[in-house]
Amino acid sequence: MAEAHPVGFQWVMEAKRRGAKVFHVDPRFTRTSALADSYLPIRAGTDIALLGGVVRYILDNELDFREYVVAYTNAATIVTEEYADTEDMHGLFSGFNDDNATYDQASWRYEGHSQNRTTRDSETQRETAAGLENESHGAPVGGETERDETLQHPRCVYQILKRHFARYTPEMVERVCGIPQEKFFELARAWTENSGRDRTGMLVYSVGWTQHSVGVQYIRTGAIIQLLLGNVGRPGGGVMALRGHASIQGSTDIPTLFNLLPGYLPMPHHANHPTLDEWVNSIAHPGQKGFWGNARTYGVNLLKAYWGDAATADNDYCYGYMPRMTGDHGTYQQVLDMIDGKIKGYFLLGQNPAVGSAHGRAQRLGMANLDWLVVRDLFMIESATFWQNAPEIETGEIVPERCRTEVFFLPAASHVEKEGTFTQTQRLLQWREKAVEPPGDARSELWFFYHLGRVIRERLATSTKPRDRALLDLAWDYPTHGPTAEPSAEAVLREINGYDVATGRPLASFTEMKDDGTTVGGCWIYTGVYADGVNQAARRKPGSEQSLVAPEWGWAWPANRRILYNRASADPDGNPWSERKRYVWWDADKSEWTGYDVPDFEKTKPPSYRPAHDASGVAGIAGDDPFILQGDGKGWLYAPTGVLDGPMPTHYEPVESPVRNPLYRQQANPTRKVYTHPINTLNPSPPQEHSQVFPYVFTVSRLTEHHTAGGMSRTVSPLAELQPEMFVEVSPELAALRGLSHLGWAHLVTSRAAVEAKVLVTDRVTPLRVDGRIIHQLWLPYHFGYEGLVTGDSANDLFGITLDPNVLIQESKVGTCDVRPGPRPRGQDLVDLVIDYRRRSGNLVHRYPPMVTTDVADSSSDQEA
Amino acid sequence: MPHANALYGPLDPAPDAGYENPPPRMGFFTDTSVCIGCKACEVACKEWNGVPESGLDLLGMSYDNTGALTANSWRHVAFVEQPRSVGWATPAFEGDPDGPAISPVTAAVGARTSTDTGTDPGLPTGSPAAAARMSGGPEFLGMPGAQPPGRGSGAEGRTDFRWLMMSDVCKHCTHAACLDVCPTGSLFRTEFGTVVVQEDICNGCGYCISACPYGVIDQRKDDGRAWKCTLCYDRLGVGMTPACAQACPTESIQYGELDELRERAAARVAKLHERGVPEARLYGHDPNDGVGGDGAFFLLLDEPEVYGLPPDPIVTTRDLPAMWKRAGLAAMTMAVAAAVSFLGRRR
Amino acid sequence: MTRGGEQLTVPPADFASYYGRPVLKPPVWKYDIAGYLFTGGLAAGSALIGAGAQLTGRPALRTVGRWTALGGVAASTYLLVHDLGRPARFHHMLRVAKVTSPMSVGTWILAAFGPMAGVAAVAELAPLLPQHGVLGLARRIAPPIGNVAGLAAAATAPALATYTGVLLADTAVPSWHDAYPSLPFVFAGSALAAASGVGLIAAPAAETAPLRRLALAAAAIEFGGGHQLERQGLTSEPYTHGRSGRLVKAGRVLLAVGAATALLSRRSRVLAAISGAALVASSVATRFGVFEAGRVSARDPKYTVVPQRERLNENRSVTRL
Repeated sequence: MAEAHPVGFQWVMEAKRRGAKVFHVDPRFTRTSALADSYLPIRAGTDIALLGGVVRYILDNELDFREYVVAYTNAATIVTEEYADTEDMHGLFSGFNDDNATYDQASWRYEGHSQNRTTRDSETQRETAAGLENESHGAPVGGETERDETLQHPRCVYQILKRHFARYTPEMVERVCGIPQEKFFELARAWTENSGRDRTGMLVYSVGWTQHSVGVQYIRTGAIIQLLLGNVGRPGGGVMALRGHASIQGSTDIPTLFNLLPGYLPMPHHANHPTLDEWVNSIAHPGQKGFWGNARTYGVNLLKAYWGDAATADNDYCYGYMPRMTGDHGTYQQVLDMIDGKIKGYFLLGQNPAVGSAHGRAQRLGMANLDWLVVRDLFMIESATFWQNAPEIETGEIVPERCRTEVFFLPAASHVEKEGTFTQTQRLLQWREKAVEPPGDARSELWFFYHLGRVIRERLATSTKPRDRALLDLAWDYPTHGPTAEPSAEAVLREINGYDVATGRPLASFTEMKDDGTTVGGCWIYTGVYADGVNQAARRKPGSEQSLVAPEWGWAWPANRRILYNRASADPDGNPWSERKRYVWWDADKSEWTGYDVPDFEKTKPPSYRPAHDASGVAGIAGDDPFILQGDGKGWLYAPTGVLDGPMPTHYEPVESPVRNPLYRQQANPTRKVYTHPINTLNPSPPQEHSQVFPYVFTVSRLTEHHTAGGMSRTVSPLAELQPEMFVEVSPELAALRGLSHLGWAHLVTSRAAVEAKVLVTDRVTPLRVDGRIIHQLWLPYHFGYEGLVTGDSANDLFGITLDPNVLIQESKVGTCDVRPGPRPRGQDLVDLVIDYRRRSGNLVHRYPPMVTTDVADSSSDQEA
Repeated sequence: MPHANALYGPLDPAPDAGYENPPPRMGFFTDTSVCIGCKACEVACKEWNGVPESGLDLLGMSYDNTGALTANSWRHVAFVEQPRSVGWATPAFEGDPDGPAISPVTAAVGARTSTDTGTDPGLPTGSPAAAARMSGGPEFLGMPGAQPPGRGSGAEGRTDFRWLMMSDVCKHCTHAACLDVCPTGSLFRTEFGTVVVQEDICNGCGYCISACPYGVIDQRKDDGRAWKCTLCYDRLGVGMTPACAQACPTESIQYGELDELRERAAARVAKLHERGVPEARLYGHDPNDGVGGDGAFFLLLDEPEVYGLPPDPIVTTRDLPAMWKRAGLAAMTMAVAAAVSFLGRRR
Repeated sequence: MTRGGEQLTVPPADFASYYGRPVLKPPVWKYDIAGYLFTGGLAAGSALIGAGAQLTGRPALRTVGRWTALGGVAASTYLLVHDLGRPARFHHMLRVAKVTSPMSVGTWILAAFGPMAGVAAVAELAPLLPQHGVLGLARRIAPPIGNVAGLAAAATAPALATYTGVLLADTAVPSWHDAYPSLPFVFAGSALAAASGVGLIAAPAAETAPLRRLALAAAAIEFGGGHQLERQGLTSEPYTHGRSGRLVKAGRVLLAVGAATALLSRRSRVLAAISGAALVASSVATRFGVFEAGRVSARDPKYTVVPQRERLNENRSVTRL
């Protein structure tokens, strides 16, 4: 965190100053480790085993916050007897379908529930990264559940959890992760001792957790621990996701994703959502508890924001204009489609896939096969110059004279040259003013899209074709100002907030939204950010002049609430769990919820409220159900639906691993998204043969001094000079083994590429004892490319493409490789080197690791080839 | 009437320089125990002060690719990797394969690197032996292991590890040798008690560079003048915090009234001692030290020289009266010698 | 660890420094300054000789002394200005007069000495002027003016020769600073040696008797004042070892040879010239040796860290008592 989020790390230091204990788990000793109270080196890709060990430690020693767990989580809920666990099925859950490598989630359901209510099958959900929709709410389930609050029922979630994690012993943690048992106990003890009524602990993660083929389950495991320890919805608790860029939270809230619309409404799917009713019902699940019952309102307000007066009840608010998904339109599928000539044009806005995305060679070859490419960026980045400077020029794979891609480079305004909001990980919107005019032709994104739309609409103005109606009917009328006709960002914010159509009055809360077309709102969760016509995100009252929660700094969605589910900070009766951790509580005298934060609960619903048997929507949530966006109002230790790779996390090895999964016969995530394409070669892993050709584990991440693909840092001398060359960090042991010397050259080889780097031999990297052998790990920064003041090979070139099934994020935090001293070969010799490695690893003819592994495969993998 | 301590000893420098009712003396307290090595100070300083680039070479000195304070780097973050306990943490690599540590060896390699900082003398290469000792700590007595690292187990395991980081800066000495020796009056004492070079006066004589006991001030090659930290004199004047302190995310660099900073620092050291970090000590805080105390002082976790700081600097001008006396005596001797030679016999 | 298959061995060190880098910034002064130490000393010594010759009626020696003084001071000025990072701003030196800055003091000494030496030397041209007219008047009044100027230059000469010792000593450079008691004497001696050397070469033997005595005196002053250079502890090392040590040693040997030869040169122009050359060379070697020794001492962190560390440890043990 100190390494990639130094500004946020100030709060960790502040906590440390006040006595907090800081643990840091990382494959290598970083600047964060240097300040931590305890550092745990870990084998990349094994966090679920470590966290699973903590879950077992809690359950075995009954250290869970029992009152919280019973009341607020689904620990007591009973699961159908059709459910079968990984314990019994060698690492698979019940319901696995061999044909398409997905789970039928029916057998995971709660006792007494019918089939779960999703309208889409698991394969479609995987194609469309449906897991992303759950960023703001749980997957749909019925509200009525059977419960055993003694937690003794063999099929209650608590007991299932206990059995599921039974084999995650400290010995197993040591075997899988390479973390010595004493270290594990130190962590487990500190975590549990600092959780409960009087104390809370926080979990902070970043893309080191998400960018794995089983990444969603990493976070699930963390959430399970936090729920068991009562660390959710309470001050000083929670699971804090550090985002990869400024406002990445904002760009999922108002998404730049193919499968989501603002406010986590799913993008309509052509087969599943032909009509408005079918679309909103698929979200609301009539009869379900919780706030998603109002999905129709949110959907209609969004359509009204898009199409304004043209959107009426009669035309289903122009729902017919909405584009439809037909399958996987994710970035990696698109790249492969470009290579295959299926995609002709592409926009890159502040993105540098030639360096920043997995399998850089595929990215560059894809872009080299387009008709046109628009790059909007601050600097001339690698993705704009691949046709003349890519490493593929040297190997002859791209020939500048013959590369037909026409690249349009449009200079972009930086964050200080335009106004708008950033939304950070706490869902806090912070407005920033324009400090300086953008230089030359550089313009804001807002300017670009507004005027692009304006020009297109002008061109089509006389069109009578029905297909152009969607564009011509758009409400595209933002006020502009200044010599460049810059659209008003505040006007956009007002539209996002929503307003009453008749009066123009900005809405104060999404509860004021109507589903009859009389209100407009571009993103329901952001409603309130422009309440009273005031830009609430621009508030900057210093922390010293207000309460600890600082509600008057910026604005957090939803409803300026700083901690979600904060009803959980009070006990079931509505009293604070402890004086020390007082946050939101029930004021019996006034009969309302009150506290330091905006209560995340209906203000006057008493703790004693119990819903009627058939109640649905918000009324279905009981007075002691804090998790109001969950179908059953409970925090989910066990996910009966919605998580495509299992109701509970399971340790699977990374797709490329030198280690046979010590926990189960199943090696890797059986439901991972695999792209079989000639360019996407994968290194073999056990039980496949020849995995020893790539004996080392490598991982990549950031340096404080650089930003992502380097477009904003390698181009600026005060930053570029601080980390001026591509390097690889190796342990002294590996250096001795492979003849690498400090500041000498080395190159890493995978079946995709070979990448060279200067060697830093350092004690900060250690070999690990894993399952009776020594595992060496290497670390590289992924910032380097061939443009800018400082250049170097791109680490992401080393990765293949394998994705998490839930959200389609790539596994780009762990892979296997070989390392050799000296610079890499050039030109054809480089191609030959990679081909030779593929030949030696038995991968010359394409071969993908089997989805389901059996022990038999250990000896018969040759036949699969 | 010059102050009795005009050249040496405790002194409030601004009144001594002739300011009447100056504002309180301002300075930096840099607490290295919370430094995360983010180098935001280096970048903020360069951005605010328009300091040029200082070399694009990988130095192999851990994460330090700046190397030293120079005319083109007015803040410099030092990084030291050591196989030692940090005090507040449990052993980092306990139970992992622990051969001998490599840090002393890589530090020795790092001692020989260089980069063109665009300044003079910039970043001279160093002594590998002293570098190894820096990384090995006081217990380290030379060659780390006669066998290749990672092979032996040996007593010098690398179970413990710490990574020291420290943002160095001009010390703004109470008795500033650079200022004393400056022949043009380019270097001057501000009303805040800081020491600043006037770029329109400096003629690049280089005297300040040899006089500085901390090796801070340095000369830009292309323009010939001497440059160093101004403690953001232009910002101080309008009540702003210096750029580096403003940018520091962890309050490792604290800016404020020197008296108050000294109290804060003493409390911090006491707290660290209490928390099991006995090696925490202050550096440059003492008005009775050889430079009359620094305007920018530090909390360190190792000996000063490990961070590139002189262990016990004394302002050279302390001895200036004695020097002039010796010169006078020599001059007299010379005159007498000449006289005697000519007064002798004609042959 | 291996580099090219070889074991990289690191010898033990009794001190630490950040990546072994120097703690101090080695002086940025180029050899201009070492040269100036020589030319300045030569000018000062020569001005004294000029004045001595003037007062004792040795016209040829006076001329040599005055011209050498002018040449020396002219070269000095050039070298000093050339060494500046901003030569065009040399006059900024005259903005202030600071007793805490030996360079400022030196500037003013030079400013006083230079014109006087110039006038004295120019006055030597008087015999070349016509006997009548305005220039004839100049021809007549030049010698007395030259005499006054010559004496004035001589009066400032000892300061010019010795302040440079303070110039070097008033730095953080360990071997220079620690040598502050010795340097003015070494430089005074060296100045006299150089000036006597030039006189022995250039002046007629009939007038050089004082120079032979002066050479002896120069040796006495330099040896007497300078023997401490080798006895100031660790920071003496650069004066005895390496290139700087060899230069200092060469300076000593040449001085001894030059002074001894001078004594024997009463009747031999050749011996006088050899003696003169040795004395001049001695001064050059000494100046460059001392200059280099300082650079070496600042360049190696050992000379900064070890003495300071020892001082600290002593103070600590004293405190403990």
